[in-house]
Amino acid sequence: MKPSTKTLLRLAPTLVILTILLGASLLYGIAQSLGYLTIIGEKELNLRAYQNLITSQGTAGREFWVSLGFSLWVSLASTILSAIGALFLATLLNRRPSNFNTFALNWNLAFPHLVWGVFMLLLLAQSGLLARWAGALGIIETPADFPVIVRDRFGFGIILTYLGKEIPFLTLVILVLLRTQSEGYLRVAENLGANAWQRFRLVTLPLVRPALLSGALLVFAYIFGAYEVPALLGVSYPRMLSVLALEAFTNPDLHARAEGMAISLIIAFIVLGIAIFARAKEEIQG
Amino acid sequence: MKKFLIWIVLLAPLLTLGLFAFSKGWFYPEPFPVKWTPETFSRLLTDSRTLKAILDSLSLAFIVSLLSLIIGYPAARTIGTQDFPAKKYVWLAIFLPTVVPPLAIGMGLSILALQTGLAGTRFGIILAHIVPTLPYTVFTLAGVFARYDENYEYQALALGASPTRIFFTVTLRLLAPGLAVAGLFAFIISWSQYLLTLLVGGGRVLTLPVLLFSAVSGGNPTTISALSLLFLAPPVLIIAATARFLGENPNDIHERI
Repeated sequence: MKPSTKTLLRLAPTLVILTILLGASLLYGIAQSLGYLTIIGEKELNLRAYQNLITSQGTAGREFWVSLGFSLWVSLASTILSAIGALFLATLLNRRPSNFNTFALNWNLAFPHLVWGVFMLLLLAQSGLLARWAGALGIIETPADFPVIVRDRFGFGIILTYLGKEIPFLTLVILVLLRTQSEGYLRVAENLGANAWQRFRLVTLPLVRPALLSGALLVFAYIFGAYEVPALLGVSYPRMLSVLALEAFTNPDLHARAEGMAISLIIAFIVLGIAIFARAKEEIQG
Repeated sequence: MKKFLIWIVLLAPLLTLGLFAFSKGWFYPEPFPVKWTPETFSRLLTDSRTLKAILDSLSLAFIVSLLSLIIGYPAARTIGTQDFPAKKYVWLAIFLPTVVPPLAIGMGLSILALQTGLAGTRFGIILAHIVPTLPYTVFTLAGVFARYDENYEYQALALGASPTRIFFTVTLRLLAPGLAVAGLFAFIISWSQYLLTLLVGGGRVLTLPVLLFSAVSGGNPTTISALSLLFLAPPVLIIAATARFLGENPNDIHERI
């Protein structure tokens, strides 16, 4: 059965605009990653950019596998730690719901990732605020004594920055569910003698798992493809795929452009694959 | 005491940026600025490039959020109030653009923009910003519509009101809080876009985030902080002003509209 004409007409503006913009950007991207570079008159399609990535050759290609590993590490660590932090915080706050707590969790909507990254730099860099305080207190002698937390080789600064942004977001996702649905179950479990851990494991977790999973996937997808935070708080080696891709894309050497585009498409398709898989799984489970 | 600590955490970013922005010649290991000055702000606010960036960012975000509301409204209403075949796929088609990273969309669109002459134009940037804002607007509004009682409209219709009158006196008023939140989301998403603006604007349209990002590479903490505070002003004001509504939003929304 097909949707009615009226329904289609109402959906059309949104669907047409999104499909055209997304479709066109992906098609142009694919064409360019296959070496279709009209600027220098190259119109023959080839897989050289992808070959370079797989065999670690070329301007950006030689860093591909390292960057892929680094991106996976940063995104996974940030997502898992955020989810754990959010579960903890939501369980804590659900006992005492208050408008102030909800406001506190909504508050960081006001801080774009770019500014949040700037704040972390000013706070945690070796010449940052905490280093100055440690120096004034005589804990450290020179700025160089302050531990390297941001712009470190392991991506800790990037992960830490994301935790500050994503924990409140996931906490809100969980709290909405808990506040509307958990009260009765939690009370029953308590009356039946369940302790705090049992209530968490048998009531809270099953109740919030689907929402938390899709929330966490959104977070993973966002972090895996995001550029600003790793560009500000990362080092030049190893760097996340997004940073590598943009640098190659803006490289004056036009062959590097194809590699940059290919990396960016690989990011996009990994993220899309995960999202669609999670969506399908959610539907099977009901 | 506990509340005081939470306030410190909440205000830490603004306080830190404020310390640096109003400082003058503040060096390690002074724990606080020795000299304070509003000089950096007055320099930025008289600088034509910064002023233009502020105006450009404001107008872009405003147009983008308005367009997202207008384009997304009918779709959101249909998704929120009706069950129709293939709804699942419609939902997916709107959801996918939120998953694809701005990096990939921006790179693709930058090539498209170059070929269609939209590169470096405000129209090109507006189109690019709509990709992330429109889905969020549709989903937020669809959630609002899911709890919306259409019977008020039928009531007005039965009393002889014209469709236009119903829309302005019944629908819009009942939906105002939901529309405000949806518009707010769109505004903040567009306002904080860096990559899409950079890639489609090709460095010719300098919005506030673009200026801020290049200032960070320059490395002067005073300028960076002052620019950051200017960049933060609209979102912080908006969130603070709507805090009451946002606070009630998750559980009480059905009682408000």
